[in-house]
Amino acid sequence: MHKDNQALIFELTKEGRVGYSLPTLDVPEVDLSELLPSDLIRTEAAELPEVSELDIMRHYTALSNRNHGVDSGFYPLGSCTMKYNPKINETVARFPGFANIHPLQDEKTVQGALALMFDLQEHLKEITGMDEVTLQPAAGAHGEWTGLMMIRAYHEARSDFKRTKVIVPDSAHGTNPASATVAGFETVTVKSSDQGLVDLEDLKRVVGEDTAALMLTNPNTLGLFEEQIMEMAAIIHEVGGKLYYDGANLNAVMSKARPGDMGFDVVHLNLHKTFTGPHGGGGPGSGPVGVKNDLLPYLPKPVLVKKDDAYTFDYDRPESIGRVKPFYGNFGINVRAYTYIRSMGPDGLKAVTEYAVLNANYMMRRLQPHFDLPYDRHCKHEFVLSGRRQKKLGVRTLDMAKRLLDFGYHPPTIYFPLNVEEGMMIEPTETESKETLDSFIDAMIQIAKEVEENPEIVQNAPHTTVISRLDETKAARKPVLRYYKGE
Amino acid sequence: MKHRYLPMTSQDEKEMLETIGISSIDELFSDIPEKVRFKGEYNIKAAKSESSLTKELAQLAAQNADTNRYASFLGAGVYDHYKPIIVDHVISRSEFYTAYTPYQPEISQGELQAIFEFQTMISELTGMDIANSSMYDGGTALAEAGMLAAGHTKRKKILVSHAVHPESRDVVRSYALGQSIEVIEIPLKDGHTDLDALKEMIDENVATVMIQYPNFFGQVENLKEIEPIVHEAGALLSVSSNPLALGALTSPGQLGADITVGDAQPFGIPEAYGGPHCGYFAVTKKLMRKVPGRLVGETTDEEGRRGFVLTLQAREQHIRRDKATSNICSNQALNALAASVAMTALGKVGTQEIAKQNIIKTHYMKQQLKRAGLEIAFEGAHFNEVVVKMEESIKQLNDRLFENNMIGGYDLGLSYDEFKGHMLVAVTEQRTKEEIDAFVQEIAAKVKEAGATHA
Repeated sequence: MHKDNQALIFELTKEGRVGYSLPTLDVPEVDLSELLPSDLIRTEAAELPEVSELDIMRHYTALSNRNHGVDSGFYPLGSCTMKYNPKINETVARFPGFANIHPLQDEKTVQGALALMFDLQEHLKEITGMDEVTLQPAAGAHGEWTGLMMIRAYHEARSDFKRTKVIVPDSAHGTNPASATVAGFETVTVKSSDQGLVDLEDLKRVVGEDTAALMLTNPNTLGLFEEQIMEMAAIIHEVGGKLYYDGANLNAVMSKARPGDMGFDVVHLNLHKTFTGPHGGGGPGSGPVGVKNDLLPYLPKPVLVKKDDAYTFDYDRPESIGRVKPFYGNFGINVRAYTYIRSMGPDGLKAVTEYAVLNANYMMRRLQPHFDLPYDRHCKHEFVLSGRRQKKLGVRTLDMAKRLLDFGYHPPTIYFPLNVEEGMMIEPTETESKETLDSFIDAMIQIAKEVEENPEIVQNAPHTTVISRLDETKAARKPVLRYYKGE
Repeated sequence: MKHRYLPMTSQDEKEMLETIGISSIDELFSDIPEKVRFKGEYNIKAAKSESSLTKELAQLAAQNADTNRYASFLGAGVYDHYKPIIVDHVISRSEFYTAYTPYQPEISQGELQAIFEFQTMISELTGMDIANSSMYDGGTALAEAGMLAAGHTKRKKILVSHAVHPESRDVVRSYALGQSIEVIEIPLKDGHTDLDALKEMIDENVATVMIQYPNFFGQVENLKEIEPIVHEAGALLSVSSNPLALGALTSPGQLGADITVGDAQPFGIPEAYGGPHCGYFAVTKKLMRKVPGRLVGETTDEEGRRGFVLTLQAREQHIRRDKATSNICSNQALNALAASVAMTALGKVGTQEIAKQNIIKTHYMKQQLKRAGLEIAFEGAHFNEVVVKMEESIKQLNDRLFENNMIGGYDLGLSYDEFKGHMLVAVTEQRTKEEIDAFVQEIAAKVKEAGATHA
């Protein structure tokens, strides 16, 4: 890896070079001026690159060498479940019968695709303990909004228009309150106790007849299981609200506790986390939503049903919240998730959770002497350390995160959840070996030592990456969001 | 258990339990109350080996009629275009596809730069100042355009053309419901947005007017005439555009669009039964700070080297939480990369050539249909699609086409009551003259039959 700038593809352009191979036009050529009004014919070409195929491959190979993925090295990014992305998933999703089918083809010509979707729904129903599942939402946040719109429809169908509030713990992902806002609700925050769990007294204080729902991640973003989940469910249900499960952390509880059995009414899953759809550098994801029976009428349409051994979409759903996405969801990601579930089976998924939790607890205990551990109890799939001890020595969590880059690791999620000072949220996942965990732990211990003995090396990190720390203030103050030819 | 994705050995497990100071993994789950604890294993299908699962799923896939085996005349928002083979080679590099969102810029320069280039390419094609790093798809991107416009203008009404993709209109309505925004449809005239009706309907409560360019029927809307009507009322012009068409059509930016959205699926992304595709979102400079989703910006490092970071994050949900105007987090980054590679391969010349071929081939289809005695519903400029009025049911016709290894067009009656018996026929550069002729012949056979009976 060299530290020179990688030229932009536009800077590699040379007029006259091409990188494409289009079919020869085999019908009579017609001048566009005969077919289009003159002011709608483009006169200034878009300044796109002019490069050969090898130029393209070298450019993107160089870019890939400046990028870290799970396949490059350990990626303990908390709440993101950066586990191994199985290669069989990629092969299966590229089968022509899955990749090259059109969403509006006659249903009888895509029964294989529909069968896969239906069976995936059946599997997700069992895994979550819910009564029905829709695969339509494109990502977790999209699933949150879909679920909240269904909850809204449920209340409104009962002429209950006073439920304007969604309760969200202070440790929740940012998407929770944002989704509530987009669905037209007001967000109310419930505090965490000093145990790192939802404060039941505070919950009792904020619930009321205006409560539409409580959104909860369990285990929460601290990696702690909300032990009083049944009491919380009772509090919410008693006032007529609904309980929403953010499935971001499902990897922690598969075969151990199902959202449906914990009293949740609506669940979204992130198939790109627990179920190995790759993260793709930020997407695409897939965010199926599961519901209990009383929310069935509000599912987004169409709903996939099985009729006399054939699969078909049901559009006749008068109480549906409507369509949340064109077509039927991110099918390609759903194929990958299905392949994964079928590769693991029931015993495999159980082992996934057990090893994910074992790995997290092992790391937590080995790191505990060297960092502050705000919540000293068994964690689930992730745990949060505090860098306040190091901060007192003038080194911030950000610095330690950057120092980890020098060891070839992607750092943990930092400064989240918001209720831990200088937080570092570490999620190892089950696909990492003990050797990998030990090497990472050793690096963390060394960094803790450096903070005491030679803080500059941490404060000035990273030292080995293709680029040093970037000026984010400059980026935001005078935004340059694109390249202009000749500038 | 032993599994190729699970590296822990029983020796590892033993050592780790000792370090933790417990005797079994079960103890780690003791905080789950007995009442909610799941006992045993899920009642799901047993695990399969790699080869037997691959075989099973290959057989399942083979039950679907794919466009490698059938000549497709189905479009309606998703198209069978040239997919440069290099696209899949690039996106199969796992440094890209196994990475998360580039939150650590020092080890994510590859992804960040690729997105910066994507933003540039979309800006260039649409003629807009700025594009974001992607949205889920064209439909949700259009819905977010509506939310942005409502927030920006502080108005609560959206006018959407009846010629916008029916599923996108549905999604706009679903999003609008959450924000208590009213959505009203502008009627059609000869397969285009009815401008007289638009003039009647627009008022100072309208946040945005949504036009699809080219529209759902393949007709090229005259944005030049629409733009002044929208702006005179102080509303924003939102254009949903097939970016591939913009290789030949005047860009929405040049014609005065405030927001241009759409789906980059035509650039190298498989149909994949409707997703994942790749929404894009582009705006004028004055709306820069209101764009939903991630933006990548250029900056420098401590040594003055050029580098890229996620920027203007104060707009986004993880910072603004309940004050955020969009909740989008995951986007379609890998497909944005795919589209970038396809746009790069086609390049400045190829994007013009491919768009031109699509127009000329659509024209050829139209001429052949007419010559065969079929009625073309709408005249005017077409891109990819024409609407044909048929005497027989579209479903029956498509069944017959299917028997002849063709996937017929979209039955417009499914989403437009007024167009029962109309087929939306799509032609891309991938359809050969031979395939088009065979298609026309098959349809015309029925017309001739019908003609003979009537005589």
